[in-house]
Amino acid sequence: MKFITKSTEETVELGRKIGKTLQPNDVVALIGDLGAGKTTLAQGIAQGLGVKEYVTSPTFIIINEHQGRIPLYHIDLYRLETPGAIEDLGIQEYFSKGGVCVIEWAERLGELRPSNIKSIEIKVMSEDERRFIFFPDIILKP
Amino acid sequence: MTLILAIETSCDETSAAVVEDGQEILSCVISSQIEFHKKYGGVVPEIASRKHIEVINPVIQEALDKAKIKQNDLDAVAVTYGPGLIGALLVGVCAAKAIAYSLNIPLIGINHLEGHIYANFLKVSRDQGIQASSSLKPRNLETLMPFICLMVSGGHTMLVLVEDHGKYKVLGRTRDDAAGEAFDKVARLLKLGYPGGPIIDKLAKEGNPNTIEFKRPMIEKQFGYDFSFSGIKTAVVTYVNKTQDSGLKTQDLVASFQQAVVDVLVDKTLRAAKEYNCKTVCLAGGVAANSCLRKNLQEKGQGLNILIPPLSLCTDNAAMVGCLGYYKLKQSQTADLKLAPVASLGL
Repeated sequence: MKFITKSTEETVELGRKIGKTLQPNDVVALIGDLGAGKTTLAQGIAQGLGVKEYVTSPTFIIINEHQGRIPLYHIDLYRLETPGAIEDLGIQEYFSKGGVCVIEWAERLGELRPSNIKSIEIKVMSEDERRFIFFPDIILKP
Repeated sequence: MTLILAIETSCDETSAAVVEDGQEILSCVISSQIEFHKKYGGVVPEIASRKHIEVINPVIQEALDKAKIKQNDLDAVAVTYGPGLIGALLVGVCAAKAIAYSLNIPLIGINHLEGHIYANFLKVSRDQGIQASSSLKPRNLETLMPFICLMVSGGHTMLVLVEDHGKYKVLGRTRDDAAGEAFDKVARLLKLGYPGGPIIDKLAKEGNPNTIEFKRPMIEKQFGYDFSFSGIKTAVVTYVNKTQDSGLKTQDLVASFQQAVVDVLVDKTLRAAKEYNCKTVCLAGGVAANSCLRKNLQEKGQGLNILIPPLSLCTDNAAMVGCLGYYKLKQSQTADLKLAPVASLGL
Protein backbone atom coordinates (compact mmCIF):
# COMPACT_ATOMS: atom_id res chain seq x y z
CA MET A 1 0.00 0.00 0.00
CA LYS A 2 1.27 3.48 -0.86
CA PHE A 3 0.45 6.99 0.29
CA ILE A 4 1.62 10.34 -0.98
CA THR A 5 1.72 13.49 1.16
CA LYS A 6 2.36 16.98 -0.14
CA SER A 7 3.21 18.85 3.07
CA THR A 8 4.45 18.40 6.63
CA GLU A 9 0.86 18.80 7.84
CA GLU A 10 -0.33 15.97 5.58
CA THR A 11 2.49 13.75 6.87
CA VAL A 12 1.46 14.45 10.48
CA GLU A 13 -2.16 13.64 9.54
CA LEU A 14 -1.10 10.33 7.97
CA GLY A 15 0.84 9.53 11.14
CA ARG A 16 -2.20 10.34 13.26
CA LYS A 17 -4.28 7.81 11.30
CA ILE A 18 -1.56 5.18 11.70
CA GLY A 19 -1.33 5.89 15.44
CA LYS A 20 -5.05 5.26 15.89
CA THR A 21 -4.69 1.71 14.56
CA LEU A 22 -1.76 0.66 16.76
CA GLN A 23 -2.02 -1.87 19.57
CA PRO A 24 0.21 -2.84 22.52
CA ASN A 25 3.49 -4.50 21.46
CA ASP A 26 3.25 -3.20 17.88
CA VAL A 27 6.64 -2.28 16.44
CA VAL A 28 6.76 0.27 13.61
CA ALA A 29 9.94 0.66 11.56
CA LEU A 30 10.52 4.01 9.84
CA ILE A 31 13.01 3.83 7.00
CA GLY A 32 14.15 6.84 4.99
CA ASP A 33 17.00 9.29 4.43
CA LEU A 34 17.91 12.25 6.62
CA GLY A 35 15.19 14.85 6.23
CA ALA A 36 12.69 12.37 4.74
CA GLY A 37 10.21 13.04 7.53
CA LYS A 38 10.60 10.12 9.94
CA THR A 39 10.31 12.28 13.05
CA THR A 40 7.41 14.21 11.49
CA LEU A 41 5.52 10.95 10.86
CA ALA A 42 6.37 9.80 14.39
CA GLN A 43 4.91 13.06 15.74
CA GLY A 44 1.65 12.24 13.96
CA ILE A 45 1.68 8.64 15.23
CA ALA A 46 2.14 10.01 18.77
CA GLN A 47 -0.90 12.27 18.32
CA GLY A 48 -2.89 9.26 17.13
CA LEU A 49 -1.84 7.45 20.30
CA GLY A 50 -3.09 10.34 22.40
CA VAL A 51 0.32 11.76 23.41
CA LYS A 52 -0.14 15.40 24.43
CA GLU A 53 3.45 16.67 24.83
CA TYR A 54 5.91 17.64 22.06
CA VAL A 55 7.53 14.61 20.47
CA THR A 56 11.08 15.70 19.76
CA SER A 57 13.81 13.85 17.91
CA PRO A 58 15.33 11.02 19.97
CA THR A 59 18.56 11.02 17.94
CA PHE A 60 20.85 11.92 20.83
CA ILE A 61 19.06 10.31 23.72
CA ILE A 62 18.15 7.24 21.57
CA ILE A 63 14.92 6.39 23.43
CA ASN A 64 12.12 8.80 24.37
CA GLU A 65 9.17 7.53 26.34
CA HIS A 66 5.76 9.22 26.06
CA GLN A 67 2.45 8.55 27.78
CA GLY A 68 -0.60 8.14 25.56
CA ARG A 69 -3.54 5.74 25.56
CA ILE A 70 -0.74 3.19 25.43
CA PRO A 71 2.92 4.08 26.08
CA LEU A 72 5.00 5.16 23.09
CA TYR A 73 8.67 4.24 22.92
CA HIS A 74 10.18 6.49 20.26
CA ILE A 75 13.55 5.01 19.36
CA ASP A 76 16.25 6.28 17.00
CA LEU A 77 19.11 4.00 15.95
CA TYR A 78 20.91 6.75 13.98
CA ARG A 79 23.86 6.82 16.37
CA LEU A 80 24.03 3.05 16.86
CA GLU A 81 25.99 1.75 13.96
CA THR A 82 26.49 -1.86 15.00
CA PRO A 83 23.97 -4.57 16.04
CA GLY A 84 26.19 -5.09 19.11
CA ALA A 85 25.55 -1.53 20.32
CA ILE A 86 21.81 -2.02 19.81
CA GLU A 87 21.89 -5.25 21.76
CA ASP A 88 23.99 -3.69 24.54
CA LEU A 89 21.31 -1.08 25.09
CA GLY A 90 18.62 -3.72 25.42
CA ILE A 91 16.45 -2.18 22.69
CA GLN A 92 14.67 -5.52 22.13
CA GLU A 93 13.26 -5.38 25.67
CA TYR A 94 11.03 -2.50 24.55
CA PHE A 95 9.33 -4.64 21.87
CA SER A 96 7.25 -6.54 24.41
CA LYS A 97 6.74 -4.01 27.22
CA GLY A 98 3.09 -3.45 26.33
CA GLY A 99 3.61 -0.17 24.50
CA VAL A 100 4.14 0.83 20.87
CA CYS A 101 7.70 1.10 19.53
CA VAL A 102 8.33 3.52 16.69
CA ILE A 103 11.88 3.03 15.46
CA GLU A 104 13.77 5.43 13.20
CA TRP A 105 16.70 4.01 11.18
CA ALA A 106 15.19 0.57 11.87
CA GLU A 107 17.16 -1.04 9.05
CA ARG A 108 20.03 -1.13 11.55
CA LEU A 109 18.19 -3.74 13.62
CA GLY A 110 19.39 -6.48 11.28
CA GLU A 111 18.60 -9.81 12.87
CA LEU A 112 17.13 -8.14 15.93
CA ARG A 113 14.00 -7.29 13.88
CA PRO A 114 10.93 -8.72 15.56
CA SER A 115 8.71 -10.88 13.33
CA ASN A 116 5.65 -8.64 13.84
CA ILE A 117 7.41 -5.49 12.59
CA LYS A 118 5.41 -3.06 10.42
CA SER A 119 7.72 -1.27 7.99
CA ILE A 120 7.08 2.16 6.55
CA GLU A 121 9.52 3.29 3.90
CA ILE A 122 9.61 7.03 3.16
CA LYS A 123 10.82 8.27 -0.22
CA VAL A 124 11.55 11.90 -0.99
CA MET A 125 9.79 12.77 -4.28
CA SER A 126 10.38 16.54 -4.24
CA GLU A 127 10.96 19.31 -1.71
CA ASP A 128 7.49 18.87 -0.15
CA GLU A 129 6.26 15.57 -1.56
CA ARG A 130 6.84 12.23 0.19
CA ARG A 131 5.83 8.69 -0.72
CA PHE A 132 5.10 6.14 2.02
CA ILE A 133 5.22 2.43 1.36
CA PHE A 134 3.74 0.12 4.02
CA PHE A 135 4.80 -3.47 4.47
CA PRO A 136 2.73 -5.28 5.56
CA ASP A 137 -0.35 -3.14 4.96
CA ILE A 138 -1.76 -1.07 7.79
CA ILE A 139 -5.51 -0.60 7.36
CA LEU A 140 -6.31 3.05 8.06
CA LYS A 141 -9.75 4.29 8.98
CA PRO A 142 -10.92 7.36 7.06
CA MET B 1 34.89 23.03 53.52
CA THR B 2 32.48 20.66 51.77
CA LEU B 3 33.81 17.98 49.45
CA ILE B 4 31.36 16.39 47.04
CA LEU B 5 31.99 13.42 44.80
CA ALA B 6 29.88 13.86 41.67
CA ILE B 7 28.92 11.21 39.11
CA GLU B 8 27.37 11.71 35.66
CA THR B 9 26.40 8.84 33.33
CA SER B 10 23.27 10.13 31.62
CA CYS B 11 24.28 9.45 28.02
CA ASP B 12 27.60 8.70 26.32
CA GLU B 13 30.08 9.93 28.92
CA THR B 14 31.09 8.30 32.17
CA SER B 15 32.32 11.14 34.36
CA ALA B 16 33.28 11.66 38.00
CA ALA B 17 34.50 14.79 39.75
CA VAL B 18 35.44 16.11 43.18
CA VAL B 19 34.16 19.64 43.81
CA GLU B 20 34.92 21.79 46.83
CA ASP B 21 32.24 24.16 48.15
CA GLY B 22 30.35 24.06 44.86
CA GLN B 23 33.04 26.11 43.15
CA GLU B 24 36.47 24.60 43.02
CA ILE B 25 37.00 21.65 40.68
CA LEU B 26 39.60 19.46 42.39
CA SER B 27 39.26 16.87 39.63
CA CYS B 28 36.97 16.06 36.72
CA VAL B 29 37.51 12.81 34.82
CA ILE B 30 35.61 11.98 31.63
CA SER B 31 35.93 8.47 30.23
CA SER B 32 36.24 9.44 26.57
CA GLN B 33 39.19 11.69 27.31
CA ILE B 34 42.39 10.49 25.72
CA GLU B 35 44.34 10.86 28.94
CA PHE B 36 42.09 8.40 30.76
CA HIS B 37 42.17 5.93 27.90
CA LYS B 38 45.92 5.86 27.66
CA LYS B 39 46.07 4.83 31.28
CA TYR B 40 43.48 2.08 31.07
CA GLY B 41 44.22 1.01 27.51
CA GLY B 42 40.65 1.27 26.32
CA VAL B 43 39.13 2.52 23.14
CA VAL B 44 36.60 5.32 22.93
CA PRO B 45 33.55 3.79 24.52
CA GLU B 46 30.50 2.88 22.53
CA ILE B 47 27.14 4.20 23.54
CA ALA B 48 26.13 1.49 25.93
CA SER B 49 25.35 0.95 29.56
CA ARG B 50 27.74 -1.98 29.63
CA LYS B 51 30.58 0.36 28.82
CA HIS B 52 29.59 2.58 31.73
CA ILE B 53 29.78 -0.46 34.01
CA GLU B 54 33.28 -1.28 32.80
CA VAL B 55 34.71 2.17 33.44
CA ILE B 56 32.69 3.61 36.33
CA ASN B 57 34.98 2.35 39.12
CA PRO B 58 38.27 3.39 37.49
CA VAL B 59 36.76 6.80 36.62
CA ILE B 60 35.68 7.39 40.24
CA GLN B 61 39.05 6.22 41.58
CA GLU B 62 40.89 8.48 39.13
CA ALA B 63 38.77 11.44 40.26
CA LEU B 64 39.65 10.78 43.91
CA ASP B 65 43.35 10.26 43.12
CA LYS B 66 43.60 13.43 41.03
CA ALA B 67 41.90 15.42 43.78
CA LYS B 68 44.36 13.82 46.23
CA ILE B 69 41.63 12.85 48.64
CA LYS B 70 40.41 9.63 50.20
CA GLN B 71 36.85 8.33 50.26
CA ASN B 72 36.62 9.16 53.96
CA ASP B 73 37.19 12.86 53.25
CA LEU B 74 33.94 13.08 51.25
CA ASP B 75 30.94 14.91 52.68
CA ALA B 76 28.35 13.80 50.14
CA VAL B 77 27.81 12.05 46.79
CA ALA B 78 25.83 13.77 44.01
CA VAL B 79 24.62 11.85 40.97
CA THR B 80 22.60 12.56 37.83
CA TYR B 81 19.34 10.58 37.99
CA GLY B 82 17.71 11.96 34.81
CA PRO B 83 16.93 12.77 32.10
CA GLY B 84 18.91 10.32 30.00
CA LEU B 85 19.22 6.75 28.90
CA ILE B 86 17.76 4.59 31.63
CA GLY B 87 20.43 1.87 31.53
CA ALA B 88 23.22 4.45 31.51
CA LEU B 89 21.72 6.46 34.38
CA LEU B 90 21.29 3.30 36.42
CA VAL B 91 25.04 2.64 36.47
CA GLY B 92 25.85 6.05 37.98
CA VAL B 93 22.95 5.95 40.43
CA CYS B 94 23.91 2.49 41.71
CA ALA B 95 27.55 3.46 42.13
CA ALA B 96 26.58 6.63 44.01
CA LYS B 97 24.19 4.76 46.29
CA ALA B 98 26.84 2.16 47.14
CA ILE B 99 29.35 4.86 48.06
CA ALA B 100 26.82 6.91 50.07
CA TYR B 101 25.71 3.79 51.94
CA SER B 102 29.16 2.46 52.69
CA LEU B 103 30.53 5.84 53.86
CA ASN B 104 27.25 6.81 55.54
CA ILE B 105 27.16 10.23 53.84
CA PRO B 106 24.26 12.04 52.12
CA LEU B 107 23.18 11.11 48.60
CA ILE B 108 21.98 13.90 46.30
CA GLY B 109 19.96 13.29 43.13
CA ILE B 110 20.70 15.76 40.34
CA ASN B 111 18.68 16.74 37.28
CA HIS B 112 21.09 16.75 34.33
CA LEU B 113 19.52 19.85 32.75
CA GLU B 114 19.73 21.79 35.98
CA GLY B 115 23.37 20.68 36.26
CA HIS B 116 24.19 22.27 32.89
CA ILE B 117 22.99 25.65 34.17
CA TYR B 118 25.29 25.39 37.19
CA ALA B 119 28.34 24.78 34.97
CA ASN B 120 28.37 28.59 34.82
CA PHE B 121 29.15 28.90 38.51
CA LEU B 122 32.26 26.79 38.78
CA LYS B 123 35.53 28.57 39.33
CA VAL B 124 37.58 28.57 36.16
CA SER B 125 41.33 28.34 36.28
CA ARG B 126 43.48 30.32 33.92
CA ASP B 127 44.47 27.31 31.83
CA GLN B 128 40.82 26.45 31.13
CA GLY B 129 39.77 30.01 30.69
CA ILE B 130 39.31 31.65 27.35
CA GLN B 131 36.00 33.22 28.02
CA ALA B 132 35.42 36.88 28.11
CA SER B 133 33.00 36.33 30.91
CA SER B 134 34.82 33.79 33.04
CA SER B 135 35.97 35.67 36.04
CA LEU B 136 38.53 33.92 38.15
CA LYS B 137 36.65 34.76 41.32
CA PRO B 138 33.90 32.49 42.53
CA ARG B 139 30.52 33.94 41.77
CA ASN B 140 27.94 34.85 44.29
CA LEU B 141 25.21 33.45 42.18
CA GLU B 142 22.23 34.55 44.23
CA THR B 143 23.00 38.12 43.17
CA LEU B 144 22.68 37.10 39.51
CA MET B 145 19.10 35.84 39.84
CA PRO B 146 16.76 36.08 38.10
CA PHE B 147 18.61 35.21 34.90
CA ILE B 148 17.89 33.64 31.50
CA CYS B 149 19.68 30.44 30.49
CA LEU B 150 19.84 29.26 26.88
CA MET B 151 20.45 25.53 27.03
CA VAL B 152 21.61 24.18 23.68
CA SER B 153 23.08 20.76 23.04
CA GLY B 154 22.72 17.75 20.78
CA GLY B 155 19.74 16.55 22.77
CA HIS B 156 18.17 19.74 24.16
CA THR B 157 17.28 23.27 23.16
CA MET B 158 15.42 25.32 25.75
CA LEU B 159 15.15 28.79 27.18
CA VAL B 160 14.83 28.84 30.95
CA LEU B 161 14.09 31.61 33.39
CA VAL B 162 15.98 30.89 36.61
CA GLU B 163 14.28 32.77 39.45
CA ASP B 164 16.01 31.07 42.36
CA HIS B 165 17.74 27.79 43.23
CA GLY B 166 15.36 25.09 42.06
CA LYS B 167 12.83 27.62 40.73
CA TYR B 168 12.72 27.37 36.97
CA LYS B 169 10.31 28.40 34.29
CA VAL B 170 10.82 26.80 30.88
CA LEU B 171 9.91 29.64 28.51
CA GLY B 172 10.33 27.61 25.34
CA ARG B 173 11.85 24.49 23.87
CA THR B 174 12.41 22.82 20.53
CA ARG B 175 9.37 21.23 18.99
CA ASP B 176 11.46 18.79 16.91
CA ASP B 177 15.27 18.68 16.58
CA ALA B 178 17.77 20.17 19.01
CA ALA B 179 20.12 22.85 17.64
CA GLY B 180 23.18 20.61 18.07
CA GLU B 181 21.43 17.85 16.18
CA ALA B 182 20.85 20.21 13.24
CA PHE B 183 24.60 20.92 13.12
CA ASP B 184 25.48 17.23 13.19
CA LYS B 185 22.95 16.25 10.56
CA VAL B 186 23.84 19.06 8.17
CA ALA B 187 27.50 18.03 8.48
CA ARG B 188 26.48 14.47 7.74
CA LEU B 189 24.39 15.48 4.73
CA LEU B 190 27.29 17.50 3.33
CA LYS B 191 29.67 14.63 4.17
CA LEU B 192 31.83 16.84 6.36
CA GLY B 193 32.43 14.28 9.11
CA TYR B 194 31.64 13.94 12.81
CA PRO B 195 31.16 15.68 15.20
CA GLY B 196 29.43 18.23 13.00
CA GLY B 197 29.31 21.17 15.41
CA PRO B 198 33.04 21.94 15.62
CA ILE B 199 33.57 21.13 11.91
CA ILE B 200 30.89 23.57 10.75
CA ASP B 201 32.07 26.18 13.24
CA LYS B 202 35.59 25.99 11.76
CA LEU B 203 34.55 25.95 8.10
CA ALA B 204 32.06 28.79 8.62
CA LYS B 205 34.88 31.09 9.74
CA GLU B 206 36.14 31.09 6.14
CA GLY B 207 32.69 31.63 4.66
CA ASN B 208 30.26 34.50 4.12
CA PRO B 209 27.15 34.08 6.31
CA ASN B 210 25.12 36.35 4.02
CA THR B 211 25.52 34.19 0.91
CA ILE B 212 22.21 32.37 1.33
CA GLU B 213 19.22 33.78 3.16
CA PHE B 214 17.88 30.63 4.87
CA LYS B 215 14.54 31.07 6.59
CA ARG B 216 15.00 31.75 10.32
CA PRO B 217 12.64 29.06 11.67
CA MET B 218 9.94 30.24 14.10
CA ILE B 219 11.72 33.54 14.77
CA GLU B 220 8.39 35.40 14.64
CA LYS B 221 6.95 36.57 17.96
CA GLN B 222 3.78 34.49 17.48
CA PHE B 223 5.79 31.32 18.21
CA GLY B 224 6.85 32.64 21.60
CA TYR B 225 10.08 31.08 22.78
CA ASP B 226 9.71 27.72 21.05
CA PHE B 227 12.23 26.55 18.46
CA SER B 228 12.21 24.28 15.40
CA PHE B 229 15.38 23.10 13.69
CA SER B 230 14.15 20.11 11.73
CA GLY B 231 13.16 22.01 8.58
CA ILE B 232 16.45 23.84 8.18
CA LYS B 233 18.45 20.67 7.52
CA THR B 234 16.03 19.82 4.71
CA ALA B 235 16.31 23.40 3.43
CA VAL B 236 20.10 23.03 3.23
CA VAL B 237 19.86 19.76 1.27
CA THR B 238 17.23 21.16 -1.07
CA TYR B 239 19.40 24.19 -1.72
CA VAL B 240 22.44 22.05 -2.50
CA ASN B 241 20.45 19.80 -4.85
CA LYS B 242 18.99 22.80 -6.68
CA THR B 243 22.27 24.60 -7.21
CA GLN B 244 24.51 21.68 -8.16
CA ASP B 245 27.76 22.69 -9.84
CA SER B 246 27.09 26.40 -9.62
CA GLY B 247 30.35 26.94 -7.78
CA LEU B 248 28.79 27.28 -4.33
CA LYS B 249 31.47 27.15 -1.67
CA THR B 250 30.83 24.79 1.26
CA GLN B 251 32.23 27.46 3.57
CA ASP B 252 29.58 29.96 2.44
CA LEU B 253 26.83 27.35 2.68
CA VAL B 254 27.63 26.29 6.25
CA ALA B 255 28.26 29.87 7.37
CA SER B 256 24.79 30.82 6.09
CA PHE B 257 23.21 27.82 7.80
CA GLN B 258 25.01 28.50 11.07
CA GLN B 259 23.99 32.16 11.00
CA ALA B 260 20.33 31.20 10.55
CA VAL B 261 20.43 28.93 13.62
CA VAL B 262 22.40 31.42 15.73
CA ASP B 263 20.08 34.32 14.76
CA VAL B 264 17.05 32.45 16.11
CA LEU B 265 18.83 31.41 19.32
CA VAL B 266 20.21 34.89 20.04
CA ASP B 267 17.02 36.74 19.07
CA LYS B 268 14.80 34.69 21.38
CA THR B 269 17.30 34.73 24.25
CA LEU B 270 17.64 38.52 24.21
CA ARG B 271 13.90 38.97 23.80
CA ALA B 272 13.37 36.79 26.89
CA ALA B 273 15.95 38.78 28.89
CA LYS B 274 14.09 41.97 28.03
CA GLU B 275 10.62 40.63 28.74
CA TYR B 276 11.60 39.15 32.10
CA ASN B 277 13.84 42.06 33.01
CA CYS B 278 16.98 39.96 33.48
CA LYS B 279 20.41 41.55 33.53
CA THR B 280 22.24 38.24 33.23
CA VAL B 281 22.11 35.68 30.43
CA CYS B 282 23.99 32.42 30.54
CA LEU B 283 24.71 29.67 28.05
CA ALA B 284 24.75 25.96 28.76
CA GLY B 285 25.20 22.72 26.81
CA GLY B 286 27.54 21.61 24.03
CA VAL B 287 26.42 24.17 21.42
CA ALA B 288 27.58 26.89 23.84
CA ALA B 289 31.00 25.99 22.43
CA ASN B 290 30.00 27.45 19.04
CA SER B 291 32.10 30.56 18.38
CA CYS B 292 29.45 32.28 16.24
CA LEU B 293 26.83 31.89 18.98
CA ARG B 294 29.22 33.22 21.61
CA LYS B 295 30.26 36.19 19.49
CA ASN B 296 26.74 37.12 18.39
CA LEU B 297 25.33 36.87 21.89
CA GLN B 298 28.08 39.06 23.30
CA GLU B 299 27.79 41.63 20.52
CA LYS B 300 24.02 41.87 20.46
CA GLY B 301 23.67 41.50 24.21
CA GLN B 302 25.80 44.52 25.09
CA GLY B 303 24.84 45.94 28.44
CA LEU B 304 23.91 42.50 29.71
CA ASN B 305 26.09 40.27 31.86
CA ILE B 306 26.73 37.33 29.52
CA LEU B 307 28.08 34.16 31.13
CA ILE B 308 29.57 31.36 29.06
CA PRO B 309 31.22 28.30 30.62
CA PRO B 310 34.62 27.16 29.35
CA LEU B 311 34.41 24.60 26.54
CA SER B 312 35.21 21.65 28.80
CA LEU B 313 32.24 22.46 31.04
CA CYS B 314 29.75 22.99 28.18
CA THR B 315 29.56 19.31 27.30
CA ASP B 316 28.51 16.57 29.71
CA ASN B 317 30.69 16.47 32.82
CA ALA B 318 30.43 15.59 36.49
CA ALA B 319 31.83 18.90 37.82
CA MET B 320 28.54 20.69 37.11
CA VAL B 321 26.76 17.94 39.04
CA GLY B 322 29.08 18.58 41.99
CA CYS B 323 28.40 22.32 41.83
CA LEU B 324 24.62 21.92 41.94
CA GLY B 325 24.98 19.15 44.55
CA TYR B 326 26.56 21.66 46.93
CA TYR B 327 23.55 23.99 46.79
CA LYS B 328 21.14 21.07 47.18
CA LEU B 329 23.09 19.84 50.21
CA LYS B 330 23.00 23.33 51.77
CA GLN B 331 19.22 23.25 51.42
CA SER B 332 19.09 19.67 52.80
CA GLN B 333 17.63 18.41 49.52
CA THR B 334 19.11 14.96 49.81
CA ALA B 335 17.78 11.68 48.46
CA ASP B 336 17.42 8.33 50.18
CA LEU B 337 18.69 4.99 48.92
CA LYS B 338 15.47 4.46 46.99
CA LEU B 339 16.61 7.07 44.44
CA ALA B 340 15.74 5.67 41.00
CA PRO B 341 16.72 6.98 37.56
CA VAL B 342 14.03 8.81 35.56
CA ALA B 343 14.58 8.73 31.78
CA SER B 344 12.24 11.59 30.90
CA LEU B 345 12.84 13.93 33.82
CA GLY B 346 11.87 17.54 33.05
CA LEU B 347 13.11 20.78 34.55
